[in-house]
Amino acid sequence: MGNKIIELNNISKDYNVRVLDRISLFVKENEFLTLLGPSGCGKTTTLRIIGGFEYPTEGEILFEGKNINHVPPHKRQINTVFQKYALFPHLNVFENIAFGLRIKKIKEQAIKENVKSMLKLVGLSGFENRNIESLSGGQQQRIAIARALVNKPKVLLLDEPLGALDLKLRKEMQIELKNMQREVGITFVYVTHDQEEALTMSDTVAVMHNGEIQQIGSPVDIYNEPENAFVADFIGESNIIEGIMHDDYIVSFLSKTFKCVDYGFSRNESVHVVLRPEDIVIVEEEAGHLNGIVTSSIFKGVHYEMLIQTEDFEMMVQSTYKSEVGKRVGLSFGPEDIHIMSKEG
Amino acid sequence: MGNKQKYLTYPYIVWMFIFILLPVALVFLYSITEKESNTIKTISFTLENYRLFFDPLYIGVILRSLYLALISTLFCLILGYPVAYFISKASPSYRNTILMLFILPMWMNMLLRTYAWMTILGNNGLINTFISWMGLPKLNLLYNNAAIIIGMVYNFLPFMVLPIYTSLSKMDKRIIEASYDLGADSKTTFRKVILPLSMPGVISGIIMVFMPAVSSFVIPRLLGGNKQAYIGTLIEKLFLVTGNWNFGSAIAIIMMLIILVSMSVMNKFDIDKEGSANLW
Ligand SMILES: Nc1ncnc2c1ncn2[C@@H]1O[C@H](COP(=O)(O)OP(=O)(O)OP(=O)(O)O)[C@@H](O)[C@H]1O
Ligand SMILES: [Mg+2]
Repeated sequence: MGNKIIELNNISKDYNVRVLDRISLFVKENEFLTLLGPSGCGKTTTLRIIGGFEYPTEGEILFEGKNINHVPPHKRQINTVFQKYALFPHLNVFENIAFGLRIKKIKEQAIKENVKSMLKLVGLSGFENRNIESLSGGQQQRIAIARALVNKPKVLLLDEPLGALDLKLRKEMQIELKNMQREVGITFVYVTHDQEEALTMSDTVAVMHNGEIQQIGSPVDIYNEPENAFVADFIGESNIIEGIMHDDYIVSFLSKTFKCVDYGFSRNESVHVVLRPEDIVIVEEEAGHLNGIVTSSIFKGVHYEMLIQTEDFEMMVQSTYKSEVGKRVGLSFGPEDIHIMSKEG
Repeated sequence: MGNKQKYLTYPYIVWMFIFILLPVALVFLYSITEKESNTIKTISFTLENYRLFFDPLYIGVILRSLYLALISTLFCLILGYPVAYFISKASPSYRNTILMLFILPMWMNMLLRTYAWMTILGNNGLINTFISWMGLPKLNLLYNNAAIIIGMVYNFLPFMVLPIYTSLSKMDKRIIEASYDLGADSKTTFRKVILPLSMPGVISGIIMVFMPAVSSFVIPRLLGGNKQAYIGTLIEKLFLVTGNWNFGSAIAIIMMLIILVSMSVMNKFDIDKEGSANLW
């Protein structure tokens, strides 16, 4: 991964209200960056600003170091896979994919070959003459990917490109897209609200909420070191508990004091404590740090997901061993399993 | 369709029969009977009315009418498309006002609107008054084909603008953005995406203008004077002045056929697209 190819500096966007608030991020060449966040948080708006369909109210956007705030979309070396596909209904599958190549006046023979190999890539060989309206949602989505990718843009923007696919096809396409991105060497800016998709595909994840970036980092960083309760909650089902940081490495919550590995908070700062369900171990009563009663136990395929009611918190725990509902158990976790997040920001 | 739903269509079928089929059937009956036999007792059939029509005189009338209608439709299209385009581009707060201004004259009687043009184009009309005030010789603006075309274009322009506007404004903006995204500038986007996608509107606009333009008799009569016959004025005259309903009916039927044929030719462009969709 090399130079910064796209850079957003303090981008804000106002409609009637502010929908993006001082977004700053950069994407490096060949990077796979994902914007992750709940519906309405401003992911599409950010992507549209990068694509040139929306001008930022404030801030600047750089492409290879040059300001492109006022460069129209057709002059940007960026292609988009739109959230609602936006295929041309008056053209068949072949002509849809060939659209960008025809604009570039590529030779007919080369167009044919390119379109053919793209269709093969998205698993729709032989669909050349099909009418767009006759395709299923998932097929349209794949044509939209092919239509953008065939132009070999420097940057590809993808707005929830796998949203209409079933789980199996979705997984296949995730792997396919990731491979394409590596092989062709295209920079991806990818939008999704599916945290698993974001974590498994991306080099970098930017978590957004209410038009602000909450955290940017590698998937591992985001997962292990969420910076605030929103990120922790959004990234995975977690136990988020009110706590107080007494001193470096010492935190208290649920009326007990624990050792932890976090430091740098002010003395007695009130914080969020994150305990991941898979980090908690169920032990005999009185053998752990907390005691409680199992109130529910559901088999989730690989593991059991259990709810354990302690004195004043309902803790979610995942384990491959089942504990019967109604049983009194102890809960154990180590200092490194306790994640501390400051409450603001 | 279930049987119950079938019954629901019966009133419609009766309605169609009484108000559409029956009049056409009567006109057709008149067109194939002899003039002197207009009672049931003495009815006698003939094709004479149709044969009569294939006279260079009447063929000329029909060609003239078709020609005027075509030219008018063409002008409506040339004027109407840009108008529809700019209305659809206007900011939503103005859009309805502009559209309203376009529709407003349509609420006025067509006769009145056409008379208005007489006072503009006439010998002592607005334009000639201005010209003679400038000290130039008066022009013959009224009672010629140009006046008729102006009248038709003015009267029928909204019928062209509205369907085109509708097809432009309901076009998915994302599709246009996709074209820009793939490197097309605004000219190419218009040619390769916007124009083809607005074709259904263009075609219904053409049909909506062409049909009344061929058969109109008010406009040719008022703005064209009595110098030349047009298909509309001819039928009107045969029915109201000459009293030859049989020949008038024959011409009406022939005109219907011409409109029917030209409409289905136009429609074919539209159906072709849909048809290929159904093929798959
Ligand atoms: N043209 C617009 N005018 C007014 N508000 C808009 C416009 N476009 C987007 N918004 C608002 O901006 C906010 C962010 O929208 P955006 O489409 O970026 O969300 P998103 O993160 O892509 O959501 P989703 O996951 O549902 O696609 C929303 O509250 C939306 O209502
Ligand atoms: Mg979106």
